[in-house]
Amino acid sequence: MVADASVVEVVLESDLKNVEVAEEITRRVSSTAGFDEDDQHKIDMAVHESLINAIWHGNKSDPSKHVWLRFEIFSDRLEIRVRDQGNGYDPRGLPDPLSQENLLNVSGRGIFLIRTFMDDFRVESRTGEGTEVVLVKRLNSNNSAPSRREGP
Amino acid sequence: MKATLRQVDSVTVVDMSGRITLGEGCTQLRDLIREQLGKGNKHLLLNLADVTYIDSSGIGELVSGFTTVSNQGGQLKLLNLTKKVHDLLQITKLYTVFDVHDDEAKAIGSFEKSAGA
Repeated sequence: MVADASVVEVVLESDLKNVEVAEEITRRVSSTAGFDEDDQHKIDMAVHESLINAIWHGNKSDPSKHVWLRFEIFSDRLEIRVRDQGNGYDPRGLPDPLSQENLLNVSGRGIFLIRTFMDDFRVESRTGEGTEVVLVKRLNSNNSAPSRREGP
Repeated sequence: MKATLRQVDSVTVVDMSGRITLGEGCTQLRDLIREQLGKGNKHLLLNLADVTYIDSSGIGELVSGFTTVSNQGGQLKLLNLTKKVHDLLQITKLYTVFDVHDDEAKAIGSFEKSAGA
């Protein structure tokens, strides 16, 4: 299925300290995949927010639970999967952080930033099996901040 | 995150560096603002020139600080945003919420012209 992809996969314990480790790996992978510095930062931030969601919201920082981080480097794109052992969530139910009534909310911007920085974002939640998010960044894509990607 | 405080006239300038992210960075920022308000320092200027990384939680903490200070009759302003932080505030539509400066003297002056605190 991924015969033409290079794969890097790591398993992390649910500790926020591991987020910085994962960021370092992400930067190396995205650099190897051929992304420029600006895109590397966007990918780095998207992975950061995904890991925070997985460790903090998904696994509730339970040290007995793990997070799987998988990179698949294709010739035209980078696909990243972040899987936790939590209860899952539906991103369609999240409030719009840009609406006037939510603008000064303290939380609720993580998924929005992931959508903004990546070309594709999917959430696959299965009851009892945790959540897997899939992030896709295409090489030479025109997705440049501060534009906003529409839709959930 | 590291923070060094300076007092310039009525303004407490906070020179921040490092990461403002979920966990230690956000907690430090929250405690710092609370501590300054407790001392009666209600004019806060956060110098973000050396902040290397800020995530959605860090943005939320800045918003929380802004609201907390405003609710107590004070003002929280931002100084010297890096391009990355500038872009984040633009994307999240918060750039117009905060009073952002790139000249410290003018930023200090803007407090002096303000009412309150």
